[in-house]
Amino acid sequence: MGHMSFDIAHLLAGGLVLVSFMMIYQDRLHALLNTFTLHALVLTAAVAWQAWTQGADHLYITAAIALIFKAIIIPGALYRIIRRLGIHREVEQVVGTGLTMLAGMGLVALSIVVMLDVTTKATAFAREDLAFALSVVLLGLLMMVTRRNAVSQVVGFMSLENGLILAAAGAKGMPLVVEITVAFSILIAFIVIGVFLFRIRERFDTVDLGALDRFRGEMR
Amino acid sequence: MLEISAAAALGLLLLSLTAAFLGGRGAGPIYALAILPCLVAGGAGLGVLGGAPVGALTLPLGLPWIGAHLRLDSLSAFFLVLIGLGGAAASLYAVGYGRHEEDPARVVPFYPGFLGAMMVVVLADDAFTFLVAWEVMSLLSWALVMAHHRAIEVRAAGYLYLVMAAMGTMALILAFGLLAGTSGDYSFAAIRAAHHSVAASVAIAALVLIGAGSKAGLAPFHLWLPRAHSVAPSHVSALMSGVMTKVAIYAFLRVTFGLIDPLPWWTSPALILIGAGTAVLGIVNANVASETKRILAYSTIENVGVIFTAIGLAQAFAADGLHMAAALALSAALFHAFNHMAFKSLLFMGAGAVLNATGRRDLDGLGGLIHRMPVTAFLMLVGVMAISALPPLNGFASEWMVFQSVLASPALTQLGLQIIVPAAAGLLALAAALAAAAFVRFYGLGFLGRPRSAAAGEAREVDRFMLAAMALLAALCALAGLMPALVLDRLAPVTQALVGGHLPQQLAQPWLTLVPVSAARGSYNPLLVFVFIALAASAAAWVVHRLGTRATRRGPAWDCGFPETSPLTQYGAGSFAQPLRQVLGGTLLAVREEVDMPPPGDARPARHRVIQHDLIWERAYLPVADAVQRVATSANRLQFLSIRRYLALVLASLVSLLVVLSLWG
Repeated sequence: MGHMSFDIAHLLAGGLVLVSFMMIYQDRLHALLNTFTLHALVLTAAVAWQAWTQGADHLYITAAIALIFKAIIIPGALYRIIRRLGIHREVEQVVGTGLTMLAGMGLVALSIVVMLDVTTKATAFAREDLAFALSVVLLGLLMMVTRRNAVSQVVGFMSLENGLILAAAGAKGMPLVVEITVAFSILIAFIVIGVFLFRIRERFDTVDLGALDRFRGEMR
Repeated sequence: MLEISAAAALGLLLLSLTAAFLGGRGAGPIYALAILPCLVAGGAGLGVLGGAPVGALTLPLGLPWIGAHLRLDSLSAFFLVLIGLGGAAASLYAVGYGRHEEDPARVVPFYPGFLGAMMVVVLADDAFTFLVAWEVMSLLSWALVMAHHRAIEVRAAGYLYLVMAAMGTMALILAFGLLAGTSGDYSFAAIRAAHHSVAASVAIAALVLIGAGSKAGLAPFHLWLPRAHSVAPSHVSALMSGVMTKVAIYAFLRVTFGLIDPLPWWTSPALILIGAGTAVLGIVNANVASETKRILAYSTIENVGVIFTAIGLAQAFAADGLHMAAALALSAALFHAFNHMAFKSLLFMGAGAVLNATGRRDLDGLGGLIHRMPVTAFLMLVGVMAISALPPLNGFASEWMVFQSVLASPALTQLGLQIIVPAAAGLLALAAALAAAAFVRFYGLGFLGRPRSAAAGEAREVDRFMLAAMALLAALCALAGLMPALVLDRLAPVTQALVGGHLPQQLAQPWLTLVPVSAARGSYNPLLVFVFIALAASAAAWVVHRLGTRATRRGPAWDCGFPETSPLTQYGAGSFAQPLRQVLGGTLLAVREEVDMPPPGDARPARHRVIQHDLIWERAYLPVADAVQRVATSANRLQFLSIRRYLALVLASLVSLLVVLSLWG
């Protein structure tokens, strides 16, 4: 892998982590979905770049799947959902932004330390790539923990999955069938969650997950 | 031979499926059909003991691409004979006994599979097959214990059994994990070839002692046994006590003598002392228990203790290179296992016959049955004489051999063993004497005297099938007692394979004498003893009749020692146990007796209460159960968190694992 292509791959993977951080401090749902679309676009670019440098044609399919599903269909559907639910201007935040950003930085540092330790035998790019991918996964999980709205939890879950795809694209020789399976299971999960969002809304008049806890007779 | 016995085991498992399909109908034919595979498997085992070649076989069952490895060597063959004989007798008995079952659909479908699973356990030649068969055996026997599940004590016994069986299997799984090591090959052939360090061998032996010992009833894992064995249907009790405990002993022998390198000598004192302690503990409890089947179950614990003591002796001798003495001790253990199968099955069947005829299992509700059920009473007499180790029956022969192997212990080189073995032998002698006392009480209260309840007074003799099964086992006791050589000579290939030595051929000795080592060291001639007993008894009878007077005398009518007519004035189960309770009960059972004597002039009755504690239950089992309960209660809170907290838990555990990785990586 040449110097230039390594730098570009590094840039794109690092960009994904950066966009993950951007998602953490978006407190309006509309803006959050915009950022998520950007996340998916960066992922598409990163995977496509991998396809070109590795000469692995099937990764173009992965990139196409990421573009079509992650950057077009899912954000589109989520836009429709929040508009129909009338929550596209809602502001929500559980833990303060600063604290969450600090925690996110800690997670990135942790994943870099772990990955560089564990993968001493791999190529330099694979090590960086895996460290970034793990950061994206952890940041997605962090977002799910700090958010309260079901829609933003869905977004957190989807960005987590983007991290998985980044890792899969960086590892050479990952068979296409695995990626397609992952992509479809995510799609199914999205459909199920979407259906549930409306069910929750129907029943409780809100998509705030606190309502579920109150329904179970628990106080937070 | 292996093919035949594997076919028999599979046939029994299929018979279980058929019975499940029939749902409790056709119990008699199914029990009758179960006899055949038992006999076939027993015959195949005899064939291998008689010199047929050792067979090995891989069946395409179980795990894909690995299959089930089976092997029939001399050790498996001996236990296969035991299962075959015990299973055939119990099945024959069940043809009659099963008719009185109120809910046969809860018994019949599990019964043949239980037999088949025990056969697969002794045939298995890889850890997977062994453990699966072991677990099937445990679960089916649990289902059989739970047959009369409406009674609360049955459910409690079943629950305790299930917990102990799970714990035992867990120990066995760990043991086999250690045995296979990191190679990942779980076939016994690979395990035999592998080398195990001393520490690993001792750990494996300890785990197997827990796993197999809890199934066999070794203290302190014995508490489930008297509860579960006594509430199962009687033919199942006979199988569980007579046969399943032997399968557990097989598992212990298979691993410690067959799969790991010989253990160092210092492991044997633990085995000897645990065995001897178990024997005493079991038989003391049998002496104070008041239900027939519970007494028998406690006596099973005693016999298992005797067998494990003999196995410990064999291990001590083998570690010291004394192959002849080791063969003697191991032969004694195996012979006693065989004998216990015969007389314990017989006794449980007899207790079942009594239960069937009277509906009572408490000794205080029986009595006088020798008049109402003469055949059962005679067969039971043979059984209690055998288990009390009275010559010329088989119990004496095997216990005599156990003590003969104790007498070989001065040849041991370790001072510790030289001290411990005689002490353990003292415990065994105490257990043997207490066993005789327990069975005098059992037989005297159950069959002699006057009926203590209306049910006992109206008992009727049981049917032919049950009597035939008991008669066969009684004949087996007599045969193995009079001609022990028949059994001992079959044991030679087993001891040769396990400890590298065997007893001289006994059938070649003149006049059926038993000479285990040499005539100078001790010999026993059951035929001579039998002739002597017969002569002495007939001479005494002749003298009494000859010298007794026939002249008519006049006197007050003798009231047979009962001035009151109530049968309650007879000795009862509690009163018979009282002296022993006084002597041993204070420390061993924590018994307290309270007498509440009303002052003169007060009309209320005086009361005598016995308060008995089970120290092992209270000090060892209940604290563990309480701790589990506390942990479970506090962990219960985890079930009611919000979604975000669950996610936070996931994140926290992931991050902490990553931190651990980065610190250690």
